[in-house]
Amino acid sequence: MFSQLFFGYCALMIIVSGLLAISLRNPVHCVLMVLVLFFHMAGLYLTLNAEFLVAVQIIVYAGAILVLYLFVLFLVNLREELHLTAFVPNAWLGRIIAVGLAVGLIATIPAFTLGEKGVWTVKAIAEATHTKALGQEMYTDCLLPFEIAGLILLVALIGGLVLARRDEGGGECGASDDPEPHGDHKEVCR
Amino acid sequence: MIPLSWYMALAVILFCIGVCGFLTRRNVIVMFLSIELMLNGVNLNLVALSHFLDSVRGQAFTLFIITVAAAEAAIGLGIAIALYRSRRSVHVDTINHLQG
Repeated sequence: MFSQLFFGYCALMIIVSGLLAISLRNPVHCVLMVLVLFFHMAGLYLTLNAEFLVAVQIIVYAGAILVLYLFVLFLVNLREELHLTAFVPNAWLGRIIAVGLAVGLIATIPAFTLGEKGVWTVKAIAEATHTKALGQEMYTDCLLPFEIAGLILLVALIGGLVLARRDEGGGECGASDDPEPHGDHKEVCR
Repeated sequence: MIPLSWYMALAVILFCIGVCGFLTRRNVIVMFLSIELMLNGVNLNLVALSHFLDSVRGQAFTLFIITVAAAEAAIGLGIAIALYRSRRSVHVDTINHLQG
């Protein structure tokens, strides 16, 4: 009974804060609403016995990604962003598409049947601790996706560095002593 | 005990809220936030299914999705800043340089 009440509270807060996040005019308020939503998602993960993901959700999503959004919001000019019109020709078209998608997907949920069960029952996870279970899964069966995830993070790091640097950096690059910088030096400067 | 269909319905609703925000908003940053909402809907589905299927593979996938979301936020916001520097505006329908 308590878990159902907790689920209801989290679901209600997630839906309300999600709707507010896409409808408020000020983007900073949107980001703060998404912060509330992420905390309640962490609460839902608690009801699903995923303690490590709760920590990751709060630390990485709420702590790192949303702070990145807030930094960018404070860097760009807020006043120019307050004038908003629809992305699709009519805003109601987008809402109708979203509601139709929701109705269609929810209508297919009763047809869902569970597949065969795995080995990590709640009891087995509780014996081995959740972090160990997740680590064993990730470093044995999902080792290649794990390496690819690391590669994606490296690409994001390099891409963020390249994208966020100023364009007028050519001045300091050209100020070197060499009058004719050779090819790869120029490439680096760009 | 909470039935699986509740989690799936909530995930669908969250995903569709994200779709609605992505389609109707014009601000690039709010569109990225809508993508985060969609990714969270998928994450909730994966974690719920991994709990009900007695497997932790869905949770490993959730970790990978969080990684991709972080990378996407870094790259996308970097692009937003670069565009803002050159155009002084982050509205998508003013970004049409690739149309030729």
